[in-house]
Amino acid sequence: MNDLAHLDESRDPLAIAEGWLQDGKEVAIATVVETWGSAPRPAGSHLVIDAAGNFHGSVSGGCVEGAVVAEAADVIETGKPRMLEFGVADETAWQVGLSCGGRIKVYVERLG
Amino acid sequence: MSSGWVERMNPISLKKLNEERRARRAAILVTDLGDGSDRIVCEGEAVAGGLGEAAAKAFRSGSSGSVEADGRTFFLNVHLPQPRLVVIGAVHISQALAPMARVAGYPLEIIDPRTAFATKDRFPDVTLHPEWPVDVLAARPLDGYTALAALTHDPKIDDFALKAALDAGCFYVGALGSRKTHAKRVERLLAMGATADEIARIHAPIGIEIGAASPPEIAVAVLAQVIQAFRSRGAAAAAARGEAA
Repeated sequence: MNDLAHLDESRDPLAIAEGWLQDGKEVAIATVVETWGSAPRPAGSHLVIDAAGNFHGSVSGGCVEGAVVAEAADVIETGKPRMLEFGVADETAWQVGLSCGGRIKVYVERLG
Repeated sequence: MSSGWVERMNPISLKKLNEERRARRAAILVTDLGDGSDRIVCEGEAVAGGLGEAAAKAFRSGSSGSVEADGRTFFLNVHLPQPRLVVIGAVHISQALAPMARVAGYPLEIIDPRTAFATKDRFPDVTLHPEWPVDVLAARPLDGYTALAALTHDPKIDDFALKAALDAGCFYVGALGSRKTHAKRVERLLAMGATADEIARIHAPIGIEIGAASPPEIAVAVLAQVIQAFRSRGAAAAAARGEAA
């Protein structure tokens, strides 16, 4: 059923991740697990990434997705999850930051 | 946790979560941020300890977040079904309600067996069922994340849907009509087997009090009441259990 009250299978990151896995792809799932200040996407938001670097969803307004996709490649390879933290004042740990002034924590894990 | 998968997301958990979401049932993906293991908790499932309390709270609020429970840190990702609105009656109020509800994030569909009312011409871009509620609701059952507004004034059309909405635990049930009309409706619903407590859940006269007079104004009052019911869903349930909201 293709109405708004049901899952939009073509855009839903978790539905896409399930499909990718069925197609034999290696997949990582990134999840916003904590936010402080004005974060663009709430806790629970997902970015799903395959081994080729294709991705769907978002964990920010586009500011840190590139960095998360790069980390996801390592997570897929090693199978070890990572907790990433992004924020404006967080220059030592990460080069990218959020222009909105907020801070977010993103958990990246391999699916399967 | 017991799933046996650590550090990675268990594919079975993802499959189960998506199944629940497709079936319009609320579920939480619980991830232990210490060892990376995960599990799915379905609404109504008994979960022991601090995690159980946190899960119950998350189902009420709909907010995802990290919690400390039982000496561990968990991330609870709550997935509630998209709320939707079923309207009985392809009437003037429904014509105004349909675009407003869509904008507000409450996809709407209309059921009315009177084919002169339920026309594409009167309702462009709206899911229309020009059939009896008994037939439509058998194929598309109501649930706890659905609101039902009965707007035909016609007991032959409205009554079955109202009883079905009470039985399904719809988060909102409203019925158009004066207090006098509603008093007669109460008698009919009692005769159909609804209890007085169930019937008391029906918002009638329908809509929050804003002095609405025209059909579009009544539509605003109805939509506001639906939103209020959805956003206070948790508080009402907590109050019923005697907890602080």
